Amino acid sequence: MANVAVDKQALVEGERPSMNASYGKLMMWFFLVSDAFTFSSLLVAYGALRISATSEGWAWAFPEVVFTHTPLLYEIWHIEAPLVFVGIMTFILILSSVTMVLAVEAGHRKSKKEVQKWVFYTIIGGVMFLSCQAYEWYHFISGTPDGGVLVPAALMEEHGVSRGDDKQIVEFHLPGHGAEGDHGSHDGHAAVTALTLFSHDEIKDAEAVEKILDEAHHTHAGTYYVTREEAESLRIPNLDKNLMVKGYWVKSTDGEVAAFRLTNGRQINGPKSFLAAAQQESNHWTTQGGANLLANEYGPQGFAALFFFVTGFHGTHVFSGVVLLLILFLNVRKGTYERRGHYEMTEKIGLYWHFVDLVWVFVFTFFYLI
Amino acid sequence: MATEGSAARQSIVRTALILTGLTAFEFFIAFTKQSYPSIFGISEAAAQLIVVVTFVILTLFKAFYIVAEFMHLKHEVKRLALTILVPFLFIIWLLIGLTVEGDYWGKLSEAEPVSTSELIVSPA
Repeated sequence: MANVAVDKQALVEGERPSMNASYGKLMMWFFLVSDAFTFSSLLVAYGALRISATSEGWAWAFPEVVFTHTPLLYEIWHIEAPLVFVGIMTFILILSSVTMVLAVEAGHRKSKKEVQKWVFYTIIGGVMFLSCQAYEWYHFISGTPDGGVLVPAALMEEHGVSRGDDKQIVEFHLPGHGAEGDHGSHDGHAAVTALTLFSHDEIKDAEAVEKILDEAHHTHAGTYYVTREEAESLRIPNLDKNLMVKGYWVKSTDGEVAAFRLTNGRQINGPKSFLAAAQQESNHWTTQGGANLLANEYGPQGFAALFFFVTGFHGTHVFSGVVLLLILFLNVRKGTYERRGHYEMTEKIGLYWHFVDLVWVFVFTFFYLI
Repeated sequence: MATEGSAARQSIVRTALILTGLTAFEFFIAFTKQSYPSIFGISEAAAQLIVVVTFVILTLFKAFYIVAEFMHLKHEVKRLALTILVPFLFIIWLLIGLTVEGDYWGKLSEAEPVSTSELIVSPA
């Protein structure tokens, strides 16, 4: 700690802020402490879920398998580059923190031009980071073509694998939509007169279709599912043939399929004949591509849910930061702080911006590295 | 402010380089960690533990530099720094508590482990 002289008498009389910091800075610090508690709770919750899911030696999602998309490398040359993009994002955020602290330093010297310049660079950094996050979310949500899988319950029975009665579903899609989930949309149920079930059976009775769609859960464009109980009450034909069990492949780090894990948490480690047959068959079927809040192709439910929540919450903070910086920038331009005689607002917003960087350091470690 | 002008900028650049260096080192570990068991002749679990601990330590170093230098907390009065830092003892407690608890959730049933979503609604 630097030795800053504190006038004790003034402290008692309340003339000077007791922490030797202005009211505004102090309140920003206290806000950040409370915000840090929120982020800590989210990250600790992630840790607890992860430990609970892996304490029996099970696999969690492998970040180096999940985050492999890098702009240009992926689009043009179709190269998978694990963690490279998130490295770029981290670097952008660190750089924007540096330009922010340079703006604060310029503010101490009351150099309006320099403050303006560095704040502008910081805004650019923030916008770049947000764009990167949008790209990453897009690929996280849309997923890979051969990611998550649906395995027919019949196949599991054939190989003597218990199928976990609670999470069986019947999946179907609307006509005109491919099994892979084309990016189309259907406008209301009225126009839909047929459904294609998983086994390629069709339901053509308009009334039945409407009833089924009313109960159905939406997964992605054109693809829906109902649970086993719902399917029974809806009298969906050939139920046994159409029952599917949702899960994803647990791959060892060398890419080999080591197990099939149901979305309800049960993991099937064998027999090998089942894994091979299921993998073979599922190549021809609809896949649970990408991720949503209920299921994802990368790992247990908690992985995607908390990925969305934590990186989304962080992204919201970055967005708020960019808005604050824009206001700061306009005010600096107008000469507000020059008239006020000090650039303390730069320091306060700077504190917030560094906090956003600080949170990312932790998010980066726990979501992408470990 | 203790330092002004070029001296301040120098320390900013120094901190930035440290942060970049630490991040680069983290990436180096992330890309090479799979070969540690064979290189150092240790079990996979041990290698995993060492890697995780190293990541956490590096992260704490980075956090220290950001808070102390960029957020300037090192140069504030001690009273302010303590007011901000001491409450995080609660987080350490939360971390230990939920780590132990999470491990217990996973061990609830060895034959048929329950899904995490079920665990949330039924704390046994």
